Amino acid sequence: MPNACPAWNERFEMKQDVQVNGAAHQSIQHDSAEKHVTGRAEYTDDLLEPTGTLHAALGLSKIAHGKILSMDLSAVRAAPGVRMVMTPEDIPGENDVSPNGLHDDPIFAPGLVQFWGQPVFAVVAETRDQARRAAALARIDYETLPHALDPIAARDAGMGYVCEPLTLKRGEAREGLDQAPRKITGRFTVGGQDHFYLEGQIAMAIPGEDDEVTIHVSTQHPSEVQHMVAHVLNVPSSAVVVNVRRMGGGFGGKETQMNLFACVAAIAAKKLGRAVKIRPDRDDDMEATGKRHDFVIDYEVGFDDNGKIHAVEGDFYARCGFSADLSGPVTDRALFHADNAYYYPDVELRSHPMKTNTVSNTAFRGFGGPQGVILAERLVEEIGYALGRDPLEIRKANLYQNGQLTPYHQAVEDQILPRIFDELEAASDYHARRQAVLDWNAKGGVIRKGIAITPVKFGISFTATWFNQAGALIHIYNDGSLHLNHGGTEMGQGLNTKVAQVVAEAMGVNIERIRITKTTTEKVPNTSATAASSGSDLNGMAALDACTQLLDRLTAFAAEKWGVARETVSIGEICYIGDAQMSFAEFIREAYMARIQLSAAGFYKTPKIHWNRKTGQGRPFYYYAYGAACAEVSVDTLTGEYVVERVDAIHDVGRSLNPILDKGQVEGAFIQGMGWLTTEELWWDDKGRLRTHAPSTYKIPLASDRPKIFNVSLADWSVNREKTIKRSKAVGEPPFMLGISVFEALGHAVASVADYRECARLDAPATPERVLMAIERLRR
Amino acid sequence: MGSELKFLLNDSEIRLTEVGGADTLLDFLRLQKRMLGTKEGCAEGDCGACTVLVGRLHQGELRYEPVNACIRFLASCHGCHIVTIEHLRGSDGGLHPVQRAFVEHHASQCGFCTPGFIMSLYGLWMAKPKPSVVEIENALQGNLCRCTGYEPIIKAALAASEAGGQAMDQLALERDRVTGWLSAVAPERIETARGQDRAILPKDAADLAQILAEHPQATIVAGATDVGLWVTKMLRPISPAVFIGHLTELKGISVTENEITLGAGVTYSEFQPFIASYFPQAEDYWNRIAGWQVRNVGTIGGNVANGSPIGETPPLLIALGAVVVLRSTKGQRRVAIEDYFIAYGKQDRAPGEFVEAIVIPRAGADRIAAYKVSKRAHSDITATAVAFRIATDGKVIRDARIAFGGMAGTPKRAEGAEAALRGQPFSAESFEAAARAVGDDFQPLSDWRATADYRRLVAANLIRRFWLEQTGDAQRLSRVE
Repeated sequence: MPNACPAWNERFEMKQDVQVNGAAHQSIQHDSAEKHVTGRAEYTDDLLEPTGTLHAALGLSKIAHGKILSMDLSAVRAAPGVRMVMTPEDIPGENDVSPNGLHDDPIFAPGLVQFWGQPVFAVVAETRDQARRAAALARIDYETLPHALDPIAARDAGMGYVCEPLTLKRGEAREGLDQAPRKITGRFTVGGQDHFYLEGQIAMAIPGEDDEVTIHVSTQHPSEVQHMVAHVLNVPSSAVVVNVRRMGGGFGGKETQMNLFACVAAIAAKKLGRAVKIRPDRDDDMEATGKRHDFVIDYEVGFDDNGKIHAVEGDFYARCGFSADLSGPVTDRALFHADNAYYYPDVELRSHPMKTNTVSNTAFRGFGGPQGVILAERLVEEIGYALGRDPLEIRKANLYQNGQLTPYHQAVEDQILPRIFDELEAASDYHARRQAVLDWNAKGGVIRKGIAITPVKFGISFTATWFNQAGALIHIYNDGSLHLNHGGTEMGQGLNTKVAQVVAEAMGVNIERIRITKTTTEKVPNTSATAASSGSDLNGMAALDACTQLLDRLTAFAAEKWGVARETVSIGEICYIGDAQMSFAEFIREAYMARIQLSAAGFYKTPKIHWNRKTGQGRPFYYYAYGAACAEVSVDTLTGEYVVERVDAIHDVGRSLNPILDKGQVEGAFIQGMGWLTTEELWWDDKGRLRTHAPSTYKIPLASDRPKIFNVSLADWSVNREKTIKRSKAVGEPPFMLGISVFEALGHAVASVADYRECARLDAPATPERVLMAIERLRR
Repeated sequence: MGSELKFLLNDSEIRLTEVGGADTLLDFLRLQKRMLGTKEGCAEGDCGACTVLVGRLHQGELRYEPVNACIRFLASCHGCHIVTIEHLRGSDGGLHPVQRAFVEHHASQCGFCTPGFIMSLYGLWMAKPKPSVVEIENALQGNLCRCTGYEPIIKAALAASEAGGQAMDQLALERDRVTGWLSAVAPERIETARGQDRAILPKDAADLAQILAEHPQATIVAGATDVGLWVTKMLRPISPAVFIGHLTELKGISVTENEITLGAGVTYSEFQPFIASYFPQAEDYWNRIAGWQVRNVGTIGGNVANGSPIGETPPLLIALGAVVVLRSTKGQRRVAIEDYFIAYGKQDRAPGEFVEAIVIPRAGADRIAAYKVSKRAHSDITATAVAFRIATDGKVIRDARIAFGGMAGTPKRAEGAEAALRGQPFSAESFEAAARAVGDDFQPLSDWRATADYRRLVAANLIRRFWLEQTGDAQRLSRVE
């Protein structure tokens, strides 16, 4: 029977006996699903605009690197409808939106342009169309300076790092390599990725009295917007309110990149005393905002004839762009995941966060992890081909055993990949299908096939330990309705639904009673970005804490008022108090009349984690999430084009808070990961201009690109061994890396043209062109 | 002459006089009508978030097609029924079966692309009650989703086709009334303007010739799948814009024993059944042109008139030996299509002239094929495209026409490759010689779609593919088994 205040150690567990609509672990629909399908879900651009709202547009640089000699904005000022032109001088506070305190991220280039597409000014006009047209009228003279676009060119040009590099080291890698029976060295180029959130960046600022301003913005990180706006307006954070109901996709692209837009809108709004909205055109959005980091990785792996890895060395050169943004933690995470699921006895991994004359790269689902994981997969592929063995055998031979240490000296303690592999091999009928692929290819036709299984092990927690905290606020109104607020943001992942499920179960009420509300800095302060897959881990726990406080108070009140023992009080849709029973609304009314506080703020911080970047040691991750996928592809050896024939995936989300939403995360992440490695190519011309800056030129997967057969299941037997919310695991990022199975299957098909004698060494993304060129290379 | 545009928007009649040629339907919906379910994702017709249905009469029959509102000019909505997500509902006033299936299959995550998907699938649901998975995929080539990985969307689409039928559809109930309203819109010249920005809708083809004689620098707008971007991306003025998409005279398709004549205003979708019937070897190729929304409005005449080196129809039309019919007040003029493309950005079309029709000789016994290569299989712009028309006498190649797109500043025949085939035996050796020769026919560019090396290699390989397919080793990638 529900629902006495649970003891702390019970709160993470599944409660089989709670019979409410929408309890945790139920596959209920996304809270906004009906609004999505009717077009009634409001995104920032759909909010009712205050009368007289103005619109801003950015002026972007047209060179990759150079000094601004003169900037003639008179035609911009004189254009129809223009109310303001904004340059660095118009910023009341500092011209900086750097999220890391390095002061290297100006809103407007202050005399020095460092990438093509860098904002140099903004214009505010009566309509968005007028603002865009006005912005095009600027006349800017530059003194062009030499530019370096890719990380190797940047290294050779002595561009330096945007932030401190990291080395992870355990054992003696050089010695291990020298003593290993066999060695392979190579270079692997891994492309970046545009987020292509369907809703682009957008912010609307509404000026308030005194120094106050309210911002509506599509953001994963309201608190940071608040701090940035306060910083550029030179006002305290308490003067700034930031709101977001939902985003039309984020994927990391709205963790820092919306700061600039929010700040421009806020500065103009305060200056003009009118609401100001800014929504860049898609092309401007893609040119002016950061993306996934591309990497060039030089690697050396030592191994033996059994396929056991002895030692690994790797240098990870990242295209960070002109400023640090999140490149420090992103390149760190690339190293944290360069082992993926494999034990390296001796290892040394070095990051090189290179400064380049490109847009400053940023967070993107996986946050550097995928670039590390794919290197580990390259290593096992190399070994497999070198030894003439199925790379799967190499993978299994090198999987972590519990107790073994990662390159950052955290012990792996929750390894479940052997079971996932067993189940996946059976579910996908891998061995028979691999033989069929080999037989097919042996016939030597135009169409070649490939098959691969790849695993993922992904560390969960922000590596910046202090970010692992969250707050929630729950009000019970005196009619018995619940208002739920927490610091996380909804970008489609279903976070609000999951947190509401936690609350429904904890309070013993139907989820319909709970109103999910916009995220706002007014209700929960000092939140972390909804990022690092942490949304439900952190905010679910904070909400549970708030529920616990409320239940405590209500239980004490009931016991006292009805004169019964606390153990006989059970709160829920029907409240049982000794022999009395009443509806939740009636009970709440009683509590209100008795002046019981019906509001609680919950809080959570992740236990156990610590990380010392200086020593490269610690326990940065609370736990790991695991998964594996098997992909089969067909490749046209005349054009390099391909089709993904079938994918089977098994993914670990612990005890799922909502299996159907989690499955959706796995499927979506898989396709996004596949897109990163196949058709999504960022291409800069020699002047440094990104030429794939719209969906006409930048090709994310279509419905017709998804695997013809796509079987995704959750490892429903998995339970988080740590005390996470209801023993679930984070799901946002880890399955992204399952898309690597498609990449390795492509490599397998390519390798067939040379009888699998060598690793195809595809670079990513494996566009049809790269696939065909690899085929040609191997044929020679 | 009229000065008022009128169309139906959901269940209300809209009459407008102040409309500029560059005003888009999407801005009208979002900014003026505050109908906010239709979203802007890219403003270039590539993501489908702004998909709405446009209902038009085709020979008296009311047909609804999904189109992109972002590059649909408002003036071109005259005489149409525009249906947005706000209008969609089930017969019980609740969710439409497509919407319900979406909810039940968890097919939305962030939800921003969702109204566009719903509208495309609604269009499919009306056109084809029990679609196959491949038909659903084809219908969704113009809709991008970044969250779901599409799997639940396909499941929802299949489920929707099981749920109820068109008898339950609100639009079907309104069909007679709408048909009546649309047929009452009489042809007349209409001119509107907003400030200096003018829109002109000719009454008929003769009126179009007259208007162009008066305004030789006017922008002719048919499907606007290219001109739309001049406005939304380049902010280029197009005034006066002369809209021709409504001209039924330009919509005709006639087939005789020897040739097919199609009006310049025939869309890719409208011509698709003719490709299937008369050039079935090019059906896959046709299906790789853009997404459904673009195929519903983009015209073959526009694709030719505009002269892009990477348009899909020119290689096929050149290989087939098509003729372009140009018209002005001075009369008609016929040009072999390969001569129409003079140089990059330069076509044989004089001021005041418009493309009126395209005449395509039928293939007879000739061997036809067309292939396109692009980074993404569907809804991507050509890296290299090629079409073949090979005539044989017994075992000898009598004539060879091979036309490439993406290999030069214009769509162009591969003269060296053709010469390597002409008069030679129909054999692997001849095609291998042609494949080697094609390398000297072109000096392609390297750009974001492909390098010159890749283009050259693929050009040669596609000649090899033609031979392989003719000889039975027809291994191809396909979505269907």
